[in-house]
Amino acid sequence: MKHEIKVPEVSEGVTEGTVVDIAVAVGDSVEVDQTLLEFETDKAVIAIPSPQRGKVSEIKVSQGDTVKVGALIMILDVEGDTDNESVKNEASAEAAPPKPEEAVAEETTEKPEADAGEETAEEVEEKTEKEETKNKMVAEDKDSKAGNNDVDLVTVRRGDRVAPAAPSVRRLARDLGVDIYQVQGTGPGGRISEKDVRNFVRVTMQQITGGGSAPVVHGEFPGLHAQRPLPDFSKWGAITREPLSRVRELTADTMSYAWSTIPMVTQYDQAQVSEIEAFRQEYNRRAISENRLTMTAILVKVCAAALKAFPRFNSSLDLASKELVLKQYVHVGVAVDTPAGLLVPVIRDADRKGIETLALELNEIAEKTRERKIGPEVMEGGTFTISNLGGVGGTSFTPIVYAPQVAILGVSTAALLPEWDGEKFVPRLIMPLSLTYDHRVIDGADGARFLRWVCEALDNPLQLVMKG
Amino acid sequence: MSQSSEIPGKTQLAIIGAGPGGYAAAFRAVELGLQVALIDPEANPGGVCLHRGCIPSKALLHVAKLVSEAEESAAIGVAFSKPQIDLERVRHWKDEVVDKLTGGLGGKVAKMKISYVRGMAQFKDARTLTVKTADGTVGEVAFEKAILATGSRPIMLPGVAAESLRIVDSTGALDIADVPASLLVVGGGYIGLELGSVYAALGSKVSVVEMTEGLLPGCDRDLVSVLKRRLDRKFESIMLNTRVEEIKEQKNGVMVTLTDDKQATTKKRFAKVLVAIGRKPNTENLGLDKTAIKLDQKGFVEVDGQMRSAEPHIFAIGDIAGEPMLAHKAYAEASVAAEAADGRTAVFDPRAIPAVVFTDPEIAWCGLTETEARERKIKVKTAKLPWRGNGRTLTLGRDDGMTKLIVDPETDRVLGVAVAGPGAGELIAESVLAMEMAAVSEDLRKTVHPHPTLSETLYDAAAMLFKR
Repeated sequence: MKHEIKVPEVSEGVTEGTVVDIAVAVGDSVEVDQTLLEFETDKAVIAIPSPQRGKVSEIKVSQGDTVKVGALIMILDVEGDTDNESVKNEASAEAAPPKPEEAVAEETTEKPEADAGEETAEEVEEKTEKEETKNKMVAEDKDSKAGNNDVDLVTVRRGDRVAPAAPSVRRLARDLGVDIYQVQGTGPGGRISEKDVRNFVRVTMQQITGGGSAPVVHGEFPGLHAQRPLPDFSKWGAITREPLSRVRELTADTMSYAWSTIPMVTQYDQAQVSEIEAFRQEYNRRAISENRLTMTAILVKVCAAALKAFPRFNSSLDLASKELVLKQYVHVGVAVDTPAGLLVPVIRDADRKGIETLALELNEIAEKTRERKIGPEVMEGGTFTISNLGGVGGTSFTPIVYAPQVAILGVSTAALLPEWDGEKFVPRLIMPLSLTYDHRVIDGADGARFLRWVCEALDNPLQLVMKG
Repeated sequence: MSQSSEIPGKTQLAIIGAGPGGYAAAFRAVELGLQVALIDPEANPGGVCLHRGCIPSKALLHVAKLVSEAEESAAIGVAFSKPQIDLERVRHWKDEVVDKLTGGLGGKVAKMKISYVRGMAQFKDARTLTVKTADGTVGEVAFEKAILATGSRPIMLPGVAAESLRIVDSTGALDIADVPASLLVVGGGYIGLELGSVYAALGSKVSVVEMTEGLLPGCDRDLVSVLKRRLDRKFESIMLNTRVEEIKEQKNGVMVTLTDDKQATTKKRFAKVLVAIGRKPNTENLGLDKTAIKLDQKGFVEVDGQMRSAEPHIFAIGDIAGEPMLAHKAYAEASVAAEAADGRTAVFDPRAIPAVVFTDPEIAWCGLTETEARERKIKVKTAKLPWRGNGRTLTLGRDDGMTKLIVDPETDRVLGVAVAGPGAGELIAESVLAMEMAAVSEDLRKTVHPHPTLSETLYDAAAMLFKR
């Protein structure tokens, strides 16, 4: 029997969301509680579990679709006659679900012969349905074939969309190892020419080598970070494999893009933070936990001020138009360690906020991030990033610039060290800082000046007021 | 004429079956520099297409066309007396056509130094064939790569003796042993309708029985109705939604029991019955069980986009590799398989495989049909142009015909074309090219078409869609 899965009411006020990931395909057998799809609202990413054991018979949505609460998302073929009522309550919302768009073929009328000579132009407006299963089958088939991995054998695509290109152009794409479905055609109706294919290769190569890149055609090209064939690890012992989480996948992509395209330099310095740390501890003795002042919050303020003083550190490089994009705002990203992996929420307009506000905001956002309750927009738009590993340990590290930003500050664990004050050794709390920057934009001397500025501001916070 | 070569002990490429798939693959492979052995039980290459299919049936359809044109020309003032049909001569002429073509191929095979082995091949294992030649010699051929192109054969109704002279398949019908007073064609597909037309022109009273609700299943109804109007006049009767319950050969004819959709049963006697209910791939007696080659549910060899079977070095092309069972599909697959066998990146990725029914009027189509668009819920815009307003149609003494153009409503790209009318088979080629080149209707509209020709109907249909 058929069982309808609808978008549940996630939380109050949430009326719609985006399908971020469909975890099953038509024909898949699913167990109770198995994740069917991931649904992202402006508040959180939620996994929608299967209420019942069964087989997916229809998927009504596709990745990227915005769907309303109560909308039909999937139809499950449930074996036998199980208790359906309880299931329904669990998965479907109270609100009457909007009827899914019923695609009915508009009957194209056949003109009788009497009308011969009269011209008829008809339009059948229908919704294209994606043929997920078909693709999957073809893809699996391809994988199972040995020795063919370099040729794309998938001839049928999502919704049976075919790449509009002449056979000679398709052959050229195959020869160059280009997936023609990624090429944006510039001809009439999006027709792909030989030139489009060659251009695609050129742009892709430029992205890899960093040589004068043109705008990315299709967002990040996933094939950019090609992997060499892996050895058969099981030869040497037992292995298990686990799928990459979405966060891990994105991190891998972002990091390899930055690593392979940005010439980076890391500079080290040490900040004397005895007084600031004493102040912080004193402050926290009086503060309630939400207001707790962290070193990171102080660093956000200091860096925001430094970014105002050194605007090039608050920029992005636009090689295509040979320009430096200088941002008139300071949004500081803070790396947060979460069970799902590293996430970087962004504090907006950090330069215009006081440390107290920043601390409050940072505590709240970090907490939400750890619980994965922030939307992707919170992680966008950063102009500079701070990665504070001080709480974990270590004396120094080289953070990787978070492209398209040009600099990132790494913070290690502060330690009490003896300092010679001219007469005797005095104990000083020293916090090691490392600054990695895009050497295409920032020269070494500027890097050193920026980092020194930060250290001096920490040593003598009056600097902030004087300069910031 | 080619002579059978010795069985070569080993070869780079062994091709089993010398129909359109097999010989085309052989020619392409030789062009690419491969050493080829071509194995087939016939004296000359040609397969079903040349010996028992496309070519002899078209020769006979030409005869039918002459007869019906002579008959109809009385209406425009040219009266002929009833034609005298010398069946012996007709048969002989048809055989001459076949011999000329197959002999020509035999000569080309010899000239290209392909070793042509007249015999039957069977896999001994995945690298060796056992070949039994026509003269009884048995030998083995070790091959590096192989292409299976063994084709298909007509499906006979169960319980009918193979040597029956009154109940025949398409092969038997093409022999035109006689012109029966009455002929029942079982199956309203293209083979039945083409051969039925031949016999009707030669003087038989032809009836067609079709199980489904219409002739030519899969073809758009508006095209079929153009054909059916004429067939209704030429044929004795067309029984749709009717099943053959029993078929019994008697001394003076064949007694056929038919049940229509109202469950009414009738018994009718016919002088002869032509069974044209479909074809099945020749996969038996090939020793496929000695290899890892897999068949799908319908008995076709499972292949990937490069026509590779589950044995990556063995390819399958043509009828044995799946629908549609058409010679020109086999040609195209042959090229891909030969190139892939040579290590090239060829993939079978046509935008359209044209289908032609050589009845009078002819029906031809390529790409998406309206029926399919409706079933798959693809948005389309169509233009239907009846031929009654086309000058060339009227000067041919005809008024039936239709050209239909199906485009994507967003990009204006040609998704499918269908033509019904005299010469539709020749007309469709332009549309296939348009589809392969990803043409938009504007392209067709701005291509100068010769006047006065039937090809202008495509131009006019495009003009209905492209109005800017």
